[in-house]
Amino acid sequence: MSILINKDTRVVCQGITGHAGSFHTERMIEYGTKLVAGVTPGKGGTMHQGIPVFDNVLDAVTKTGANASVIYVPAPFAADAIMEAAEAGIELAVCITEGIPTLDMVKVKKYLSNRKTRLIGPNCPGVITPGACKIGIMPGYIHKPGNVGVVSRSGTLTYEAVWQLTQRGLGQSTCLGIGGDPIGGTNFVDILRLFQADRETHAMVLIGEIGGSAEEEAAEVIKQEITKPVIGFIAGRTAPQGKRMGHAGAIITGGKGTAMSKISALKNAGITVVDSPADIGETVVRVIK
Amino acid sequence: MKLYEFQAKNILKTYGVSVPRGKAISHGIDASKTFQEIGCARCVIKAQILAGGRGKSGGIQFAKTPEEARVCAMSMLGSHLVTRQTDQKGTEIKYVLIEEALSIKKELYIAIAIDRSLQTPMLIVSAEGGMEIEEVAKNTPGKIIKEPIDIFFGTHPFQSRRIASQLNISGALAMRLNNLISSLSSAFIKNDCSLLEINPLAITADDELCALDAKMDVDENALYRHPEFDQFIPCQDISPTEALARKYRLSYISLDGNIGCLVNGAGLAMATMDIIKLHGGEPANFLDVGGDASLEQVTQAFKIILSDQKVKAVLINIFGGIMKCDVIASGIIQAIKEVGIHIPLIVRLEGTNVETAKKILDNSGFKITSAKDMKEAARLIVSNVI
Repeated sequence: MSILINKDTRVVCQGITGHAGSFHTERMIEYGTKLVAGVTPGKGGTMHQGIPVFDNVLDAVTKTGANASVIYVPAPFAADAIMEAAEAGIELAVCITEGIPTLDMVKVKKYLSNRKTRLIGPNCPGVITPGACKIGIMPGYIHKPGNVGVVSRSGTLTYEAVWQLTQRGLGQSTCLGIGGDPIGGTNFVDILRLFQADRETHAMVLIGEIGGSAEEEAAEVIKQEITKPVIGFIAGRTAPQGKRMGHAGAIITGGKGTAMSKISALKNAGITVVDSPADIGETVVRVIK
Repeated sequence: MKLYEFQAKNILKTYGVSVPRGKAISHGIDASKTFQEIGCARCVIKAQILAGGRGKSGGIQFAKTPEEARVCAMSMLGSHLVTRQTDQKGTEIKYVLIEEALSIKKELYIAIAIDRSLQTPMLIVSAEGGMEIEEVAKNTPGKIIKEPIDIFFGTHPFQSRRIASQLNISGALAMRLNNLISSLSSAFIKNDCSLLEINPLAITADDELCALDAKMDVDENALYRHPEFDQFIPCQDISPTEALARKYRLSYISLDGNIGCLVNGAGLAMATMDIIKLHGGEPANFLDVGGDASLEQVTQAFKIILSDQKVKAVLINIFGGIMKCDVIASGIIQAIKEVGIHIPLIVRLEGTNVETAKKILDNSGFKITSAKDMKEAARLIVSNVI
């Protein structure tokens, strides 16, 4: 078991003929992901890297039985692409695209509210169940099948944490980035609950950052519902107030969303919070021993 | 992107929001003429900077004659205003807004912001106008009224009525509040705002509602569909270095320390600053070259860091995913060839094409120290500046 995706997940790539879509389609197939279809409006009926391309997601789903989608569509069209996936009955939509306007995401969330589709992202590295299925842009080789679940708001910092685990012989059940935007599809709380219910996940790593209150909300849920060990790290202790730190959502406003507030919320929930980003792997080893 | 008060007010006027009569100027000499044009007994002269706390720092003054207005505007323009929201150097005043001074019965607070937990624009109202909302929220949370805004419908009249009754407002004034709320809500949505704040919103002596101040932040991700904001970009309060970084689509923020950082990915870039601090050093900047930076972007990023006089050593921390390590390595070498380097450089690379990258650095002939992981990188960089 794992969460969200496994070896049977059938993936359609929206924006497959674009620069990023094309490059990562190759990587995903290499990794063993069942990439069954691509979508680029106007290019239906053609083949791209051996994958059939369709004009729209509904055609792709009908003809190939795809149940998950990965979205590399440029930001101005990405919100529409997410809603198209949902309308076509896709169960899991993973949106990699960075730079989607916040109000577009407000509309998307409203659109998804009465549909079964789960959205991961946007502005995220994607989801990987090591050895089974990779949906996104993370380097496959740093992962290793195992029992630690990793969830993060970041991309490269997730790779850093995963690499530290793998180097210490600790594999992962599923790793995912939920994205660095102010409004995203799935939050920490949803993922923690999935990891809690997953028999293969024995411990979780939660990597948060400044901005918003998703980590504080996660801390509440951890206190109430999560019995497996959780190891946390929060990036941005040294970030100044009022400046957007690369991610659209990483900003301290009016004294809210500081690293300290998140760290103390997590500590109060009984979580081991790592001070140095270099010690994440080591700490997980120590905690689960 | 933050807009100046006068820019925000000009936009709000087109949505039917009433603001005091006034005009922004950038030459002090024009102040007396402007005072006469407005034609009132008393004017307020407001320094236009993109930070709050102006009132308490002398950035808002009154004038009763054209001459007073001129003297006041001349002294403000070109000077630096230091408030609790600026850094110690303060922000240069490039514009002042001259407005009629109104007689006010009461001041309210009204704003729309994105509520990240509820994932919707949220209307926030308080009877405590003129105060900072964070203070009100902390001391008297009960005094803050919130109503979510439906992205498809805007605000509903029943929501305005609910707010009016909590503020003890009725009759014609309640009607005006309803109109104002619906104007603000459409201005927020149509301009892709992330924040729209009127503080204070005045109830004038003749029971009109007037926006005495206006703060408008526009979502930078939405700028592509708002060409009308392009004209505002050159007058933003950003340093030349930040402007250069923006040109190359690099995410760069200048800080006070002396260790330059070049990192890929925002989370890792923050974590790199944190680990420097943890080892006793101080980062000079935040710099995220992004997920798939080009050779040119990396070269420019490195040059930007080296152009900072404070920087005594540079740490490069890359975890290649989409970003290939050899591109980073080539960019660094390119930049060193162009501008030279006389300070220590520590490089930590991991991920895609890392072996090729290490060869490029080793064969360059430049003195570059490799670190095997983040901890060693942090230790080495800090030992180089102490």
